[in-house]
Amino acid sequence: MENILTINNLTKKYGALTAVNNLSFSIEKGNVYGILGPNGSGKSTTLGIVLNVVNKTSGDFKWFDGNIDTHNALKKVGAIIEHPNFYPYMTAVQNLQLVCKIKEVSEEKITEKLKLVGLLDRKDSKFSAFSLGMKQRLAIASALLNDPEILILDEPTNGLDPQGIHQIREIIRTIASQGTTILLASHLLDEVEKVCTHVVILRKGVSLYSGSVDGMNASHGFLTMQSNNMELLQTALEGNPAFGIVKREGEFLIAYLNAPMDASEVNKLLFEKGISLSHLVKRKESLEEQFLELTKQN
Amino acid sequence: MLRLLNIELQKLRYNRSAKVISIIYFILITFIALIASIEFNFGDFHFRVADQGIFNFPYIWHFNTYMAAILKLFLAIVIVSMMSNEYSYRTLKQNLIDGLSKKEFVLSKFLTVLLFAGISTVFIFLVSLILGLSFSDYNEISIIFSDMEYIGAYFIKLVAFFSFCLFLGVLVKRSAFALGFLIVWQIAEWLLYGLMKWQFFKDTDIADNVAQFFPLNAMANLIKEPLSRLGAIQSAANQLGENFTKDYNVSAVNIIIVLVWTTLFIYWSYAILKKRDL
Repeated sequence: MENILTINNLTKKYGALTAVNNLSFSIEKGNVYGILGPNGSGKSTTLGIVLNVVNKTSGDFKWFDGNIDTHNALKKVGAIIEHPNFYPYMTAVQNLQLVCKIKEVSEEKITEKLKLVGLLDRKDSKFSAFSLGMKQRLAIASALLNDPEILILDEPTNGLDPQGIHQIREIIRTIASQGTTILLASHLLDEVEKVCTHVVILRKGVSLYSGSVDGMNASHGFLTMQSNNMELLQTALEGNPAFGIVKREGEFLIAYLNAPMDASEVNKLLFEKGISLSHLVKRKESLEEQFLELTKQN
Repeated sequence: MLRLLNIELQKLRYNRSAKVISIIYFILITFIALIASIEFNFGDFHFRVADQGIFNFPYIWHFNTYMAAILKLFLAIVIVSMMSNEYSYRTLKQNLIDGLSKKEFVLSKFLTVLLFAGISTVFIFLVSLILGLSFSDYNEISIIFSDMEYIGAYFIKLVAFFSFCLFLGVLVKRSAFALGFLIVWQIAEWLLYGLMKWQFFKDTDIADNVAQFFPLNAMANLIKEPLSRLGAIQSAANQLGENFTKDYNVSAVNIIIVLVWTTLFIYWSYAILKKRDL
């Protein structure tokens, strides 16, 4: 797989505070990545370093095959971090023209991209007259002007109203469906869960997990069960090596699977032992549960 | 190079206050011509400024560049705010993310400084030429184009001053504070010079020797005040028993000092930007 970004042992210190600590991960072409982490976990600092606005303390990173200056590599990247930053006295089109000049791309895509984010009818309005949602959409249009190899979004829905959040998500989904690599930093887990195939989880500048969303949890899901004879059910489950932790939670019994197993298989197995279930649900932990589990440890 | 200048001009083109101030600046320069129409009438005594020889070639080059240089403060406002705006709009960060390097960023600002200084120099050259051709008593080609060093000195002076403003904009990040800093700096230079001259090194040349290296003082020394060179004032002084023996030429040492400062200001702007986390 072709690497777009490789980060090796990256560290950033602000005086005594270590914002990013020995971080390593890589971004492969074609995937949609989420960087997850509580506030202050080093997400924005990491993005700031690879985007040339924050100086690293040690370690290194390379864009594409590493044979290109960071600032030239960034011409093939589209990135929005925090607020949308544009010149308030210029119109949408004038601002995008400036970005084209910086990125050294032709200005013919401006109309197409403004249409994509639904701002074509406001193209001659000054940036200062835009609402936050419109500013954020203009920022996305600007990041897409060069048809980037990778789109980097840092908290793209922060501060937006529900309608704005919905619009941004739709746009992200459209872009992802076109095969663009996306790196999305967010603390909104359902947002990441809906669009991302891979995640990097940060906590206090340390990477806790990096890999596919599915592979994040080593377990094979868990079962919630109920029966007339709970004691018998519990003994039966604990005697079977296919089940790991078995615990009582209110009226239900929760059993974690050690090996992949269908709910119907479990039902059959228990029925053969003379146990009939009145409730059986198999579920995987949500990203939120997994995330909270991972970030609360140590 | 052209790309960088193009980027910066796109930023300025739509900025109304930058445009207004620049236009005012150039209009004010042409107002130097109005000095020609100043007339005094005290009873029988008629005094017309234009007749005092201030528009004679080659003196006019000296006089006009000196007067026009005072107006550079207007363009300084444009230069300082074109830098500090990048901080307040946070577009500096966005420019870098979009793929401009920090070196290119400083270079694009410096090229704009060169352009402004260049346009202003050409402008003052044309205004002086027209004024001179209208009022000068001497119109031989060899006289008209003598003392052109003042035009060169004017360009260097503007570039240095605007580079200083650029540096202050990078350093202070806020235009009002940067301009305040500029004034404080000027006062500090005067104070230091005054203290040396009348307190610490009385009756020696040390104060002048040290002060010639101060940036603003060095820029001011490039074009020395031209008024005491006027015939009328010279003869008046002679009658009072004063004798001016001042060297009005543009000195090479002075040019070198100013060029060194210019280089330092641009280099420091880059160094600060490079070191800062945005």
